[in-house]
Amino acid sequence: MNSPKRTIIPFGPQHPVLPEPIHLDLVVEDEKVIEAIPSLGFIHRGLERLVEKRDFIDFVYVAERICGICSFIHGLTYCIAIEEIMQIEVPKRANYLRLIWSELSRIHSHLLWLGLMADGFGFEALFMHTWRLREKILDIIEETTGGRIIFGSAKIGGVRKDISSEKLAQILEKLKNYAQEIREITNVFINDSSVKHRLVGVGVLSKEDAYILGAVGPTLRASGVGLDTRKLGYAAYKEIDFEPIIETAGDSYSRCLVRIREIFQSIEIIKQAAGKIEPGAIEVKVTGTPNGEFFARTEQPRGEVIYYAKADGSRFLQRLRVRTPTFANVPAMVKLLPGCQLADVPILVLTIDPCISCTER
Amino acid sequence: MKIFVMAKKVLTSLCARPATFRYPLVPKTYYKNTRGSITIDINRCIYCGMCQRKCPAQAILVTKADKEWKIDRLRCVSCGYCVELCPVKCLSMKNTYSASTQIREEEAFRRA
Repeated sequence: MNSPKRTIIPFGPQHPVLPEPIHLDLVVEDEKVIEAIPSLGFIHRGLERLVEKRDFIDFVYVAERICGICSFIHGLTYCIAIEEIMQIEVPKRANYLRLIWSELSRIHSHLLWLGLMADGFGFEALFMHTWRLREKILDIIEETTGGRIIFGSAKIGGVRKDISSEKLAQILEKLKNYAQEIREITNVFINDSSVKHRLVGVGVLSKEDAYILGAVGPTLRASGVGLDTRKLGYAAYKEIDFEPIIETAGDSYSRCLVRIREIFQSIEIIKQAAGKIEPGAIEVKVTGTPNGEFFARTEQPRGEVIYYAKADGSRFLQRLRVRTPTFANVPAMVKLLPGCQLADVPILVLTIDPCISCTER
Repeated sequence: MKIFVMAKKVLTSLCARPATFRYPLVPKTYYKNTRGSITIDINRCIYCGMCQRKCPAQAILVTKADKEWKIDRLRCVSCGYCVELCPVKCLSMKNTYSASTQIREEEAFRRA
């Protein structure tokens, strides 16, 4: 018997489910994907090179604009790298505020992902409701920092804005109500048979594969590896009691579950932080220039981000390298695709939560 | 396996008011902190050019000879760094956004 004819189907860079451009050449036999060949590089902006032309203090603004979703954590990681090189002690209150904003951005990123996912499998009403809830988190962010997406509050030596204790109490009260609303919507993802039909058992990534391919974030934790960079204790995480969220099945459904559970975990963490935050200074004055190098690692909603900064004592850094979570997750995504049905490709690409503008910088 | 998990939510949404508001009729409420657009009190400006040098988007042009301060609204990313740096504090951040425009033109301020 002859083997079925192979066809190559181009997927992207413009595709309804893709928020950002990535191109895949899908080798298919009938409806079954045999191989996926990714190509990247559509939106390279050369932001790493820009570090040689921008003062190291001003570059925080550029670092924040590497990504439109995890903007704050990008800025924060850059600040941590420079602060470690210059040995600046960040005030305790600033660390707690950094933690609160990091967790708020995690909630809004995961809600965004859930919405995109619902849109990906064609559940429009669910998509609209998820984004309606995300809007409320964005309101809190705008109220406290001034920006909806680009917070602009990270700064070398601390933070720019403060949250008063009354405001913090209001935020907690709001989050309590939102948690209930979010649960109503996430229950649909967890329980609804039509959603489960699209997700359970689709795109299984084994524990060994996830580890060997260097997957990070929810993609890794859904395969049963409990690595969470927040446990390193940057910002104020060392004083917060939490455990990484792990699922073991490794399929699309577990990746969805990990993110849903992380939303509620983030709300818990903000609650803990609000109880422990103390009044005090929010920034220290930065004098001098950095000289040395440092690897800063933090946990973004999508996974671990690494900033390598090298400075030579001038006002301009010599080198900045950003390893973003999607870059680490692309090999895992390519591993997931062979063997799946063509109709499942959009879902599988979305389950790693791709952020291509981060990846290409 | 449950079906119609969403049904209750859909039914309540049918009876509820829309989540969005009718924008031009109902004005948008801005927060005090919202970073909207940059304004300048040009009579206090000393034309030092600090805002131009530090602007991450290179949206500001200061000409000392003509006593002119220009901003390209479409380049400005409203980060507020110029407001923070201004030595005489003549720059400030409004919490409303700049109006939409069809032509790319720099907005110029001159001392009266």
